[in-house]
Amino acid sequence: MSQQGSPERPNTAPRATGQHPEQRDRPAGRRSSQGIRIDPQAEATHEPRRTTISALVRHEPGVLAEVSGLVSRRQFNIESLTVGSTTNPETARITLVIDEPEPGVRQVERQLAKLRPVISVGELDDDEVRRELVVLKVHGDRPGDVRAVTEMYDGTTLDAGPRTITVEITGDEQTIDDAIDAFAQFGIRELARTGHTALARGATWTTPDEQERYEKQRGSEGAQ
Amino acid sequence: MSERTSTSNEQRYRRRTDGEATEPPGETTAATEREPPTDAEAAETTSTEPTDSTGDDEPADTAVGARPTGAQATVAALEAAGVEHVFGVQGGAIMPVYDALYDADPYHVTMAHEQGAAHAADAYGQVTGRPGVCMATSGPGATNLVTGIADANMDSDPMVALTGQVPTEFVGNDAFQETDTVGVTRPITKTNFFAGEADTVGATVGEALAIAASGRPGPTLVDLPKDVTTGETTRRPQPADEPVTEDPPAADEESVARAARALAEADRPLILSGGGVTKGDASAELRAFATEFGIPVTTTMPGIGTFPEDEDLSLSWAGMHGTGYANMAISHTDCLLAVGTRFDDRLTGGIETFAPDAEVVHVDIDPAEISKNVHADYPLVGDAGTVLDQLDAALPDAFETAGRSPDDYEEWRQSCTDWKAEYPLTYATPDDEPLKPQFVVEATDELTPDDTLVTTGVGQHQMWAAQFWTYTEPRTYISSHGLGTMGYGLPAAIGAKVAAPDRDVVCFDGDGSFLMTLQELAVAVRENLDITVVVLNNEAIGMVRQWQDAFFEGRRMASEYPWVPDFASLAEAFGAKGFTLSEYDDTADTLRAAIEYDGPSVVDAHVDPAENVYPMVPSGGDNCQFALSEDQL
Ligand SMILES: Cc1ncc(C[n+]2csc(CCOP(=O)(O)OP(=O)(O)O)c2C)c(N)n1
Repeated sequence: MSQQGSPERPNTAPRATGQHPEQRDRPAGRRSSQGIRIDPQAEATHEPRRTTISALVRHEPGVLAEVSGLVSRRQFNIESLTVGSTTNPETARITLVIDEPEPGVRQVERQLAKLRPVISVGELDDDEVRRELVVLKVHGDRPGDVRAVTEMYDGTTLDAGPRTITVEITGDEQTIDDAIDAFAQFGIRELARTGHTALARGATWTTPDEQERYEKQRGSEGAQ
Repeated sequence: MSERTSTSNEQRYRRRTDGEATEPPGETTAATEREPPTDAEAAETTSTEPTDSTGDDEPADTAVGARPTGAQATVAALEAAGVEHVFGVQGGAIMPVYDALYDADPYHVTMAHEQGAAHAADAYGQVTGRPGVCMATSGPGATNLVTGIADANMDSDPMVALTGQVPTEFVGNDAFQETDTVGVTRPITKTNFFAGEADTVGATVGEALAIAASGRPGPTLVDLPKDVTTGETTRRPQPADEPVTEDPPAADEESVARAARALAEADRPLILSGGGVTKGDASAELRAFATEFGIPVTTTMPGIGTFPEDEDLSLSWAGMHGTGYANMAISHTDCLLAVGTRFDDRLTGGIETFAPDAEVVHVDIDPAEISKNVHADYPLVGDAGTVLDQLDAALPDAFETAGRSPDDYEEWRQSCTDWKAEYPLTYATPDDEPLKPQFVVEATDELTPDDTLVTTGVGQHQMWAAQFWTYTEPRTYISSHGLGTMGYGLPAAIGAKVAAPDRDVVCFDGDGSFLMTLQELAVAVRENLDITVVVLNNEAIGMVRQWQDAFFEGRRMASEYPWVPDFASLAEAFGAKGFTLSEYDDTADTLRAAIEYDGPSVVDAHVDPAENVYPMVPSGGDNCQFALSEDQL
């Protein structure tokens, strides 16, 4: 406000002053739909890429709902999401395989990191070890052929009967896809895939805080 | 209010059940303390048992000597965190917590509707920077809070919601008044908790309070099953763990140096000050920084007041209905220092044309905001004030290295000044009626002190209140920015007045917005809150009408409200003071009388129904192509 006092009625003033929108100076530049300035010299394209994000989370009710809710409401493109326990009963690991352009990958990581039950988040690099498991049930009329294909994929027969044979195959995504194709000749009655789970290769820790947590846990176990 | 706060809930409610005679609300009681409800109401609340199919509705045993309960631990946690006020509505599942409030410190303001409680708590948080606390019962109580929680979440306002829940063993059985409150509010809270045990509930509430206020603030919720709140705890209600007070996080020094270099090398730098500057109490740092280096400042709506709008360097606020000059500056800057903003689409318009020539320095405490909507060339993660101070320290060196000085910005400053002259905020004032809403806003501004708190509903009036009031202090424009919740204004005014009893509070409301929550007038009267509601009554949900005229060939489907009630007599019926205003010449006197009235007053200002909000950047448009009239859209 200005000074206190009686408000003066303003003079009649024309509303539209200044240039018409079309006539105004406009900058030449533009941004991409991802908000990145487009450099006409080297137009950066940000194609989606597939990558694995691992999150160490507190093992508590609602954590899966929290993570899956985040993924759906922010429209992240995910290929798979798996959860499982770890050596520490208080934590679980969530593995997400996502298909996002670069800014989206960072968003997934940062938004995950904001969730209270999430302890640590990391993106795995290309040489991660990543596995998926499929359980599939085929018709049981060609047991010998089924056994041969199962062996070819280093699989295990879980159940065999006169009508159905159930096998398990573990491998990377391509192997699983190929195996499913191979079993299709027997007629697949039912199939369940687990989605991907993964760890970083070698001595690298999968998420940033893991080493510290590991050493703490080992220390406290050693003390007992 | 100061008098009221000294009255404990126990005193208030004990007197009330004793049936002490009360004065009817009115001017005579304005200066004295007024007893809240009538005897009839009191009789009703004491004689009617709330229904509760769980059969577990006995009042909690809080007799002396009994072990403390989860409810008492909950309230102890509020007290330990210094919570002075709570806004809420009673109900079966939350009764134990209310009972524990009976002889506790926090003053409880009983609201008419839980949405009102949530908005009041939100505004309280906006004004004080400390979490506003709201309470509701399970089921409908909790779902009525949802709009207010979502609102707080969008605006990163510190708030804690405490909701009753059916006893744990009934959860999942669709018990009476059971809603999966934690599930419903998961996407709209910073975090939420289902309190599992009487022993830990106090600590959980303490954590919820600490999280709501820390880092980037936001709403948290604790769902309190009745068996947990009535359950005994062997632990004495512990004061909540003091949240570890860390130094506000600073940005990485090397990144600061790089950002400083970008600023020093720029010809057309611009500061965009967002809600994070408000939340981070970084207004002083911002003012010092901008003034020292002569960098023009524009704000977002939640950043309004972080930089005084009457300063030469101020371009007021940018975005859809922001000033033309701010939007010109956004389009033409070559280095945008954006502090504490999430680059909402109402600010940026189409992302392709947003500050397209600018390198972006983005300061934010939330790393997830970096490059979410607009790519940050220089991300600086940290507290707004701390990082501004870091930049302030780094810039002189950067200038020296670049062989430049703030004088090199002079041409740019001149362009900004020229735009101010070329595209002033203005409106036509006809020689005779109708009264223009913008004038009513300006007139109210002139009649009130600088630190007046302005709250608003959502619509045209909200934009005029932002455009035609000159804000010079942060935390004075209290609005529903991100969610755009009609009905926010009045309950927010209540929350604001409770938070700052010594300051003037004016709510600019639309007739449509006011109709959504005006029952809260009953609360303002009962609590004798000296607030002034100015309804910019255009007998329409004007913002919708404006869009229909511009984008739907004038087909005014469901937007005209020719049946709006007479707000002045409605106000009187509530026990507030009502005024009607329709003439230019009466404006100052009517407003002055309403402002001076010691208690809630409502001015029904009949304004030009044809008036529109300009400038306007159409959705997805280019900031610098704002229209100044409908034919420019
Ligand atoms: C709860 C809610 N419902 C609907 C809307 C959509 N909406 C946005 S502005 C507006 C018009 C508001 O009318 P009024 O409060 O009379 O204000 P005016 O625009 O006339 O100043 C509407 C309906 C909204 N923002 N919030």
